[in-house]
Amino acid sequence: MEKTIAGKQITVNEEGYLTDFNQWNEQVAEALALEAEVSLTPRHWEVLKYLQNEQKNQVALSIRRIGKSGLLDIKEFYQLFPVAPLKTATKIAGIPKPASCI
Amino acid sequence: MKNLVILGAGTAGTMMANHLHHHLKRPDWQISIIDEKEEHHYQPGYLFLPFDIYTPEDIVKKIEEFIPGDVNLVREKINRILPKENVVQLSSGRSINYDILIIATGAKIAPEETEGMKGSEWQKSVFDFYTFEGSLALRDKLRHWQGGKLVIHITEMPIKCPVAPLEFAFLADSFFKHKHLRDKVDITYVTPLSGAFTKPKATETLEHLLEEKKIKIESDFAVECIDNDKKELVDYGGRRVPFDILVTVPTNKGDDLMERSGLGDDLNYVPTHKATLQSKNYENIFVLGDASNIPASKAGSVAHFEAEILTDNISLYIEGKPLKEEFDGHANCFIETGNGKALLIDFNYTHEPVEGSFPFAGIGPLRLLKESRINHMGKLAFRWIYWNMLLKGTHIPFVPATMSESGKHYN
Ligand SMILES: Cc1cc2nc3c(=O)[nH]c(=O)nc-3n(C[C@H](O)[C@H](O)[C@H](O)COP(=O)(O)OP(=O)(O)OC[C@H]3O[C@@H](n4cnc5c(N)ncnc54)[C@H](O)[C@@H]3O)c2cc1C
Repeated sequence: MEKTIAGKQITVNEEGYLTDFNQWNEQVAEALALEAEVSLTPRHWEVLKYLQNEQKNQVALSIRRIGKSGLLDIKEFYQLFPVAPLKTATKIAGIPKPASCI
Repeated sequence: MKNLVILGAGTAGTMMANHLHHHLKRPDWQISIIDEKEEHHYQPGYLFLPFDIYTPEDIVKKIEEFIPGDVNLVREKINRILPKENVVQLSSGRSINYDILIIATGAKIAPEETEGMKGSEWQKSVFDFYTFEGSLALRDKLRHWQGGKLVIHITEMPIKCPVAPLEFAFLADSFFKHKHLRDKVDITYVTPLSGAFTKPKATETLEHLLEEKKIKIESDFAVECIDNDKKELVDYGGRRVPFDILVTVPTNKGDDLMERSGLGDDLNYVPTHKATLQSKNYENIFVLGDASNIPASKAGSVAHFEAEILTDNISLYIEGKPLKEEFDGHANCFIETGNGKALLIDFNYTHEPVEGSFPFAGIGPLRLLKESRINHMGKLAFRWIYWNMLLKGTHIPFVPATMSESGKHYN
């Protein structure tokens, strides 16, 4: 699905996740955050970078994993991204929705 | 003489012992299997105990009934694996050497992972049905309960048999209808997932059934704690769900022995190649059943399909040949939907459950992803098949280890 956001043409799947990380940049993230009603602070950016890094290292992301990240606890994760935080944060970070389970 | 050692005599370990003793014989090989328990439980039966559909006698048998005579059954707790030395240490202090090790120690509930779960309300109003004791305590409670808020809850994924909590909700609906209490019972299904299930097509069907049965769903719920005083589930975002009876599936974990041995991940599951079932870190260690971290369902049917492929791979490994990369994540599960009906789903790593007929394309007799009585008969027959065929390693006619795409309606 094609979508224009922050003046840029991006491709997303039916759930709104970017299908190509190369199309991601900070403006795209800002715009995706706006859609999710989250306004990004420096702390949010730290978390987004952390998630992108984990994704790059092929770590399976989960709420439990966030709790053990040492970067933030689950409580804070919810304060930053109040609704379905892992799904929201990964969407803004431009990485796939975590395949939590089978 | 060489030693092949199987850890755990549950569903997966027992099947492997039955397969392998035809292939690895004395005096070249000795097969040993280690388990701390006396009894083998048919765990799918835990779902039916609370509703008085099965009795304890239906689901408990002695472990040794299913272990071949030429396999050495060791009844002890396993303390540690020393993978570099090829040694298993038992709690008594005794050690057993192995040439090949098969890990089949399963998964179990860990209610202590959630604050307040094993609190003052445990087995008073907070129950599990993933253990024999939990399931019986719940049965005793439901026999006399006169209604109120019933909440069915999954703590976090992955869990064994991920459809079991949904089945519990459907069976509860039907149970209270028969007791003429349904209008006094408010049923809510609380899940960390975004919907009723993990795969899109099946989720659609299952959510439709929930609606039809007037079961409410609270999704994306990541539980932080259980408030025992107020009797509420509390999530990290501050959402609260009140209950009179909470039926929860606690966090599932592999056995602690993996942590002690440095072999497990965060949840004590052993990193395993998903197509060969060889462990990622040690060539002579293989893993099947719930103990591995492969992205397949943790189900007895999966262990059955894995066992057929692993048997070939053990022989190939012994001959020094390349392993078959054949396991495709095949799972085949009946889903009880109450009122004497059930659904059937058949899927693998890459193909989600869809509608169709099974096992014969166009004929059935079983219907995929559709409620029917014959599917329910299939679920009940599964117990007989489990005791008499699955554990003994007998191939189920017409159901191959890898999934068949024929008869299925993919888009
Ligand atoms: C409520 C419920 C419903 C289910 N419904 C279905 C269903 O409908 N269909 C289906 O296919 N599957 C179902 N399952 C899942 C199925 O029961 C499991 O997937 C299957 O039993 C896994 O087999 P396993 O051998 O890996 O583990 P298990 O059968 O659990 O065996 C593990 C064994 O290892 C032993 N062990 C572990 N650690 C140690 C140690 N340190 N020392 C000594 N011994 C040890 C244990 O005593 C146990 O005997 C259900 C499960 C539950 C809980």
